[in-house]
Amino acid sequence: MRKKVFQLLVDNNPGTLSRISGLFSRRGYNIESITAGTTADPRFTRITIVASGDDVILDQIEKQVSKLVDVRDIHELLPEDSVYRELALVKVRAEADQRQSILATADIFRGNIIDVSPDSLIIEITGNQSKIDAFLKLLEGYEILELARTGIAGLGRGTDKVIYLDE
Amino acid sequence: MIGAEAIVKCLEKEKTDVIFGYSGVAIDPFWNKMLASDIKRVLIRTEQNAAHCASGYARISGKVGVCAVTSGPGATNLITGIATAYADSIPLVAITGQVNSDMIGSDVFQEADITGAVESFVKYSYLVRDVNDIPRIFKEAFFIASTGRKGPVLIDIPYDIQLSELTTKFNYPESISMRTYKPTVNGNMAQIKKVIKEVEKAKRPIICAGGGVHLSGAVEELRKFAELNDVPVVSTMMGIGVMPTDHPLYFGMVGNNGQAYANRAMNESDLLLMVGARVADRAVNRPDLITENKVMVHIDVDPAEIGKNVGPTIPLVGDIKHIFHDFLEMDDHADNHREWVKLLEKYKKENTSQKIESKDGYLDPKDFICKLSECMKDDAIYVADVGQNQMWSCECSKVRDGRFLTSGGMGTMGYSIPAAMGAKIAAPNKQVVAVIGDGAFQMSMMELATMRQYGIPVKIVVMKNGYLGMVREHQHFAYNDNYSMVELSGDPDLSLIASAYGMEYMKVDGNSDVVKDIKKFLKDDKSSLMEVVVDPMALTK
Repeated sequence: MRKKVFQLLVDNNPGTLSRISGLFSRRGYNIESITAGTTADPRFTRITIVASGDDVILDQIEKQVSKLVDVRDIHELLPEDSVYRELALVKVRAEADQRQSILATADIFRGNIIDVSPDSLIIEITGNQSKIDAFLKLLEGYEILELARTGIAGLGRGTDKVIYLDE
Repeated sequence: MIGAEAIVKCLEKEKTDVIFGYSGVAIDPFWNKMLASDIKRVLIRTEQNAAHCASGYARISGKVGVCAVTSGPGATNLITGIATAYADSIPLVAITGQVNSDMIGSDVFQEADITGAVESFVKYSYLVRDVNDIPRIFKEAFFIASTGRKGPVLIDIPYDIQLSELTTKFNYPESISMRTYKPTVNGNMAQIKKVIKEVEKAKRPIICAGGGVHLSGAVEELRKFAELNDVPVVSTMMGIGVMPTDHPLYFGMVGNNGQAYANRAMNESDLLLMVGARVADRAVNRPDLITENKVMVHIDVDPAEIGKNVGPTIPLVGDIKHIFHDFLEMDDHADNHREWVKLLEKYKKENTSQKIESKDGYLDPKDFICKLSECMKDDAIYVADVGQNQMWSCECSKVRDGRFLTSGGMGTMGYSIPAAMGAKIAAPNKQVVAVIGDGAFQMSMMELATMRQYGIPVKIVVMKNGYLGMVREHQHFAYNDNYSMVELSGDPDLSLIASAYGMEYMKVDGNSDVVKDIKKFLKDDKSSLMEVVVDPMALTK
């Protein structure tokens, strides 16, 4: 089992996202995360999928997704040529005596405090997955009340694989 | 022009000549506008069969089959037919009526989310939101259905859209280019050269032909290539008929239910050209065997099929007709594999299939099918249903210049009668024979009325054994004859069924002069029904 990050460029048609996620579920592929949003050109949507499986499965994922009529492009975002970012919102219990140490930890990871209540904080943190995992590990001594992670969005570095949308 | 007229116009532009379907309020605007069209309409008796009819029609005509039904239950009834076509890559355009646009999602009467429901069985689907999109959507739908790996496309059209006026002039696109859908047609030249080199080098080459060869219309090219290079051919179930059964280079059907000598030929080859076949479990239950000690070339129009079930040595993506055309152009010297062919001939002789005894008044089904196909016209269309009759048909029917149709991928019982009707409409001058068991017959016998209504003469052979035979056979081996849910003791009197639908009827059993009866059965071009009494305990192996 290994993980691959795929970047997709798809037509922004009704049902496209459900066609893609449906393909994963009916063929029994594992999806770790999926993020989607329109591109600068509203006709298209960019999707980042993190999938796991053996080499045969990962190869099939690329081929089967590529077959979907709405999919314009799919390629792997190789870690060495790409940047990945994920956003996480963490609501952690913070009584008065815990607050300072949580703030200090958040600060080291460049997290932002976006909500403060008498007994909790919400921290926003952005980074690659390992950074977020490391941050959450440090919070283990505290009580995480709620956690929302977006899954990663990614782009390849440079202009080599950019697809121009002007046709 | 309203939406419904635009749909009719689109179908005329696509040169559709027949639509199979069923009525209902949500599709009525369309049927109403069809009154003014020359396109033939066939009102089937249950929606599933509209898709099967269209499938039989598509497979014989080489065109896209079209069916149209109403919303809700009409649409959901169609799903099995669509899934059957999808599994065998048959090009269909299915049109469904839908409730009014502003009611979608509110669970009103006869509303079903059909685009959602068929998602895993279609190449693509559309829900029409704007009446002006109809020409573009139909052009795309026919294009998608009939190119690349063929398959069904569904268009769901709300009632109000069918009735609303187009605000732009109806303009059917002449050509089409889709940003995201560009199937590969031509094979990669470097790969093609590699394959030709391997064929030259090989001592024991073999071609395994699948249904893709028929779908691509490459039968002639493949035969020519095999003959020129002296390469033996085996087929999958969907590939039956690529070579005439009696062709000296043809060595039967592979797979669990195929001939042992065909499997042996494939396993012992040193070069295997897998052409337009999925390498699915029933055809190849040990994929490792067909890659062991050999070069395996996988030729398919669908890149996702290559490497899905078996990892080939040389993958070759493209349309089979084009690829074999290139093979023939590049390869001008005839090879000789006489020794290999002789060996396969020996295997074939050694491995004569076991006869089923005609005892207690029962007829040997294998012998019957052999005789039936021998009495049929050379270019006849043989439609096998699903079950034991299908296995006997695959093994014993002889294809000459005709075709052999069956539901291979999905194994949908009741496919043969509607598919035979579609085939007959596509080729009215050809003899069409459906061979079906008494179980599946009762799933599709309502279509005898359709045959009568439209004068679609199909010969129907019902192999009657009072059991769901294939599953009974499975329970015989897997559950020590503890039979559950396989006995059909309520079977109707088929002579009365035939007479109820105004069809000629005859019955053959172990005491009949079978050839004489078959000849009588096939003598004219009228619908008739033949009941064949088969031993309930007969096996396929």
